[in-house]
Amino acid sequence: MATNWYHYASPVTFYPLAGRLAPWFAAIAALLAAAGLWIGFGLAPTDATQGEAYRIIYIHVPTAWMAMFVYLVMAFWSALALAFNTRLSAMMAQALAPTGALMAALALWTGAFWGRPTWGTYWAWDARMTSTLILLFLYLGVIALRSAIDDPRRADRACAVLTLVGAVNVPIIYFSVRWWNTLHQGASVSLTAAPKMASLMLSGMLVMSFAAWAWCIAAALWRVRAIILERERGSAWVATLPGMGRSAGVPGQGPKGLRSPPPSRCATRVSD
Amino acid sequence: MTTPAPRSDDDGETGGALAGLAWALRRDLKLAFRTRSELAVQLLFYAIVVTLFPLATTPERTLLSTMGPGVLWVAALLASLLSLPRIFALDQADGTLEQMALSPWPLPAIVSGKILAHWLTTGLPVVVLAPLAALQYGLDGIAIGVLVAGLALGTPILSLLGAIGAALTLGVRGAGGLVALLVLPLYVPVLIFGAGAVDAVRAGIAVDANLSLLGAGLIVAALGSPFAAAAAVRIALD
Amino acid sequence: MNEFFAMGGYGWYVWMSYGACAVAVVAEVVALRARHRRAFADAKAAGVEPAPERMETAR
Repeated sequence: MATNWYHYASPVTFYPLAGRLAPWFAAIAALLAAAGLWIGFGLAPTDATQGEAYRIIYIHVPTAWMAMFVYLVMAFWSALALAFNTRLSAMMAQALAPTGALMAALALWTGAFWGRPTWGTYWAWDARMTSTLILLFLYLGVIALRSAIDDPRRADRACAVLTLVGAVNVPIIYFSVRWWNTLHQGASVSLTAAPKMASLMLSGMLVMSFAAWAWCIAAALWRVRAIILERERGSAWVATLPGMGRSAGVPGQGPKGLRSPPPSRCATRVSD
Repeated sequence: MTTPAPRSDDDGETGGALAGLAWALRRDLKLAFRTRSELAVQLLFYAIVVTLFPLATTPERTLLSTMGPGVLWVAALLASLLSLPRIFALDQADGTLEQMALSPWPLPAIVSGKILAHWLTTGLPVVVLAPLAALQYGLDGIAIGVLVAGLALGTPILSLLGAIGAALTLGVRGAGGLVALLVLPLYVPVLIFGAGAVDAVRAGIAVDANLSLLGAGLIVAALGSPFAAAAAVRIALD
Repeated sequence: MNEFFAMGGYGWYVWMSYGACAVAVVAEVVALRARHRRAFADAKAAGVEPAPERMETAR
């Protein structure tokens, strides 16, 4: 198996692999989201204290989890990129950042619309919301640093260092914000209001979380394909990809069964 | 600029590290002394930011003493941010930084010396000036003492973390704004524990937890960030 | 059906949350498509450049 992993550690072999995998993850995300929404809206009962407003958790909790989890995965790829100087792991970290930032933004947005009916305010300086906001700033910092550096190799390593420094800081930030929150308990409200969650509610939330997970993988794989093309443009293997208008000189390197142009294939698979 | 002298005698790893630290510290302090008007400007920036808040809100004493610790800490963060380019940017511009990276001394040691010099020239003056600013905000004696203790523990962390951001943005487009985006989120725990200590003493709660956490943060940052900053310097020099 | 969309009076909050997520997912799909298409077209225009260091593999 080990040889297989090294085989796919090169952009040349990973590009077609990502192209084959991404539609599957997008399809899994769509199916799980449909199932999760059916459980959440069709089967799960109305919450006794929060009424129908609680149904926001089916989207709020998954996005909040993914916002944190994607940062961890990004830190993992960054560590690999620094330790082994691998291009593909740096590209994966680069591909994950916008999706992670989107998840953090969605967690904040849905949190605000959940907070308004339950706490009476769109924004409370709750420990979790505040640390998610800071996490969003960390994502935006990585993206901004990437776009400010022209040399992709330097950008890879600079962003990897920044991501790792951020990863060390995320638990400290979370701890400090909770500390601050308990010190100023006066105006704040408790998010852990639900004492015990009905099993249908919990399963709906878990299914939606797996949907968000699959979606993040699909989006990252599609973004890494674009990044590979942007960075490898001009190389011989890219020129032999189907749709490039050249006869394949290197057999077995084009993505099998991939009709050109690939973007349209992405869209048809994702939208169903 | 004096170039680092190669290690003359066969001293050990720590000896070389300490020599590199001391050399960088002396050199940066000497340079800072030559450009002391710049340092005065940064201190004035702190004083002016602190003066603006009462003008923007109210001169009423109870409100000012509530806001005071937070305002003084935010101003310290901004003053630290403003002075971050001093650590590496000039040395990169005239090529000295490349010389340092090639010197026989370990780069993290040289970077530590530069960070220490940065704190002595920009952080320490803020610590010294803070009691005066605190008087403007009507803080009493013991609160001022805790504020100064917190700043003394916290401003070195600002220099240590800031050095990473300064090194990452060396020679990068729009470095000034970018370094703020990179560094300010990392400053959040320092701000919380530092300002929280003064809040705690004003509320009559024990402050040692806040100050101990700042001290722990200082130790962790002092052990870790010179290596991260040195790695970032090498990336920037490639 | 109307009752479902009213969400017991919380329709605004629930549908603003889910609506934003739907918009975000669609926007990401559109952005990814555009980015991949642009990268593909640029790569096609570039052809093969004599750059041997680009041929190095990841490790």
